[in-house]
Amino acid sequence: MDPGQLLLLAAAGMLLVAAVAQTAALGLTQPRDAVAFGALIAFGELLRLSLPGDREAAPIGSAGGLGYALVLQIGFVPARQPAMQVIAVTAVGMTVGALPHLAAGRPAGVAGMASRLLAVAFVAFVFRPLSGLAMLSMHVWVALTVMAGLVVAGWFAECLIRALIRADALRARFRVALVDEIRVQWQLGAAVGASAMLIALAADEMGLVALAILIAPLLVTQVAFRRYAGIRSTYLQTVRALARVTEVGGYVEDGHSHRVGRLAVAVGRELGMNEPDLLELEYAALMHDIGQLSLPDPIPGGATVLVSPEDQRRIAELGASVIEQAGVLDRVAEIVRCQDRPWRSTGSGSTGSGSTGSGSTGPGSTGPGSTGPGSTGPGSTGPGSTGPGPPVGSRIIRAANAFDDLVGGSTDRDRTTAALERLRLDTATQYDPGVVEALSKVAGRRHPARM
Amino acid sequence: MGRLSRAAWLYMAAVLTAAAVLLACSIYLHRRLDLGVSRWILILLVLAILFLVCDSTPTTLTSRQSAWSASSSATLAAVVMLGPLGAALVGVTSLLSMRRGLYVAQRAFNAAMYTLSAFAAGQTYLTLGGTVGVPQKSSFPGIIAPFAAAAAVHVVVNHGLLSGMLLLLPPPESARRARLGVHLPLLLVSDLGFATLGLLIAALWSLVSIFAAVLVLIPLFVARWAIGQFAAQERAYDATMAALCQAVETKDFYTRGHSERVSRGAAMLARQVGMHAERVEAIRYAGMLHDVGKLGVPTKVLQKTGPLSEEELAAIQLHPMRGLEIVRQIGFLEEALAGIMHHHERVDGKGYPLGLAGDEIPEFARVIAVADAFDSMTSTRSYRGARRIDEAIAELRKWSGTQFDPVLVDAFVRALDREGWDRPDTTVVPPGFAGGMSAQDHDDPTAPLRVVESR
Repeated sequence: MDPGQLLLLAAAGMLLVAAVAQTAALGLTQPRDAVAFGALIAFGELLRLSLPGDREAAPIGSAGGLGYALVLQIGFVPARQPAMQVIAVTAVGMTVGALPHLAAGRPAGVAGMASRLLAVAFVAFVFRPLSGLAMLSMHVWVALTVMAGLVVAGWFAECLIRALIRADALRARFRVALVDEIRVQWQLGAAVGASAMLIALAADEMGLVALAILIAPLLVTQVAFRRYAGIRSTYLQTVRALARVTEVGGYVEDGHSHRVGRLAVAVGRELGMNEPDLLELEYAALMHDIGQLSLPDPIPGGATVLVSPEDQRRIAELGASVIEQAGVLDRVAEIVRCQDRPWRSTGSGSTGSGSTGSGSTGPGSTGPGSTGPGSTGPGSTGPGSTGPGPPVGSRIIRAANAFDDLVGGSTDRDRTTAALERLRLDTATQYDPGVVEALSKVAGRRHPARM
Repeated sequence: MGRLSRAAWLYMAAVLTAAAVLLACSIYLHRRLDLGVSRWILILLVLAILFLVCDSTPTTLTSRQSAWSASSSATLAAVVMLGPLGAALVGVTSLLSMRRGLYVAQRAFNAAMYTLSAFAAGQTYLTLGGTVGVPQKSSFPGIIAPFAAAAAVHVVVNHGLLSGMLLLLPPPESARRARLGVHLPLLLVSDLGFATLGLLIAALWSLVSIFAAVLVLIPLFVARWAIGQFAAQERAYDATMAALCQAVETKDFYTRGHSERVSRGAAMLARQVGMHAERVEAIRYAGMLHDVGKLGVPTKVLQKTGPLSEEELAAIQLHPMRGLEIVRQIGFLEEALAGIMHHHERVDGKGYPLGLAGDEIPEFARVIAVADAFDSMTSTRSYRGARRIDEAIAELRKWSGTQFDPVLVDAFVRALDREGWDRPDTTVVPPGFAGGMSAQDHDDPTAPLRVVESR
């Protein structure tokens, strides 16, 4: 397990033990409300939701926990539960709701539960001590403002935790991971926050009935999100599956598309690409050979790096026009179209890499070739790479494709080193040095782990 | 809108008249207001604006005509706070909807529909003992049961009036209606959600007045956003799948568009035999992908003009299995996979790959087999021209009971009568065409693959 995740689990675990112990020692205040909120949280945990990018959320559970932390009065009776009780009830509810998942053989999702618990704990610690203030119950606007601020802060803290874990696990950059997290979570976060505030407000007049009623709108949100996430994953599965037709048709080696797809995404992440761009990159990488279907017969050997530049050009063009047919993947088509373009068209290399002008003639140029990327990498892979030369996605696919053509499914370390060496030799014109450097990092990471 | 049938116009006129009469009567009869007039009008205005905002930015599901919106939460809040008349008046504002591309007749019909359903909901609420007015602390939980009934009536009247209209529309609309059926569970769940939001707006009114509407709107808009994203993704998905299937077909000039037509034909037949909307959707995808494994068949085998050797025949007969191999990892219904694998089985058991007979063949496969053969016969092949529809039907009937399921053949003919069939119009191969063209078609029941006699 990753160290970041371990840290998170340790923090959540300690909090849980402390909260349960204290609640057990002091006894439950207003047990009926505690049980109702606990049941709501368990129900929400049961209806977990997967979001795009292998994420999990439990909107109803989160709204229940936050609502319990924020509630001022339930059915005209002031709610007096301390923060530790909120945490204990949330944790127990989550655990109960997670049990059926475990029984069905699904992963427990402990990390997700821990980050949700910490968000609730944050809000509870700040708000519970304030809840007795007369100002809050007298002026509903003040209460609303405080609640809204806390909900946003709690949500942000949760995003921060998730991004930390994700950056750690996927080796993405933290800042990129945080922006990705916020982009994926903010809509659902807004719905959860608004619902939590509604629960807290409505419980005063409606009593515990408010919980039952407030589930419905969030349930709609949840159903809608589930379908959205479902079609997203079916989409990816379908592209992955149909990319294999080139393999079944004997146009490329078995597993080529998948390997290039995985490699390209890892390289893109290493270069700091965000998730929407990575998805497009993965689509393009999976379908980069689809143009070969338009050739009457497979090119002997199949490996694109070894065929003539004219054939490469044709395959790229044909592939792009296939993808353009869909009418919704124009940027993917553009990436596929430019995949055969050299990183730098010959003759225009006027920058500091002048000494590598003779790179293709001898091995002597490997020295500058491997030190150069450090300085050119970040500049050439900026997010808005609309400057001269092919888009960064095309450059990544070009390098990943060549690498896989040379190495194939093999995990042999010498072969990997030789292939990387060959790519480095061509960084003067053919391959983006920054991309090749990232590729070698990715490849270097994979091999020790596998042996 | 000129292509509306007489019945549709009559129906629309009836709905409009009913709404107008109802509105006029209830304004006339409505003498006493429970709230002060000015407060009543303030609430009406706020709810009408809420209604308009929701109605003007609907989520489209596959077509502009079947757009739907979250406006029912405003209507139902009006049922509680303003009574039947107020609810009906909120519904009338649909006339002013800022949705683009609405015909005047559509606007009028929508407004009448919302008026009638809102009024019906309001009456239900009153009849069951719900108190009209801004709910006070003592109103709960007493008003929940009448409100739930009112919400149910609202949904039923609304969907009833709408489907009445859709039924009377010409065929393209009815095809859309069938796709709308897929979304029906989602629509019903969301109606439930919107109804509760309506109650919430009413309940929170005394506490935070207009702010209640804002707070309640947030989850609502998020849900709508997600549904919109879902619909957009689904359209993108369909387009991508079609493009990829087309790429597989480019190998052979004559089979261009085959997958898409088989997909349409299979879905048409599936609807005709009354399959559930979700299964129709699955068979659409299965039909699209049924020949994807053909790519594993060497081009020289597909383009061979003479009789095939045993090995070559085996290569062709392997394609359903190759297709399954490719498609297996997509999270489809199990049935769709079975449909792809068995679409060349014959009812008499002489098909491939397993030689299943009769009911052993999965229903999806039997459906796809009919559509597949029909499209093959009505398309041009290198060795013959395209057959006319009636000739192809005669062929289907001839093989009914041996190759095809007779029940399905009959159903397919009925579906053809109702919905028609678009034959591909490409008949001439352009001179510079780079791809190949097959000399034999494994889908054509009238010209079985010729095999060298083994000695």
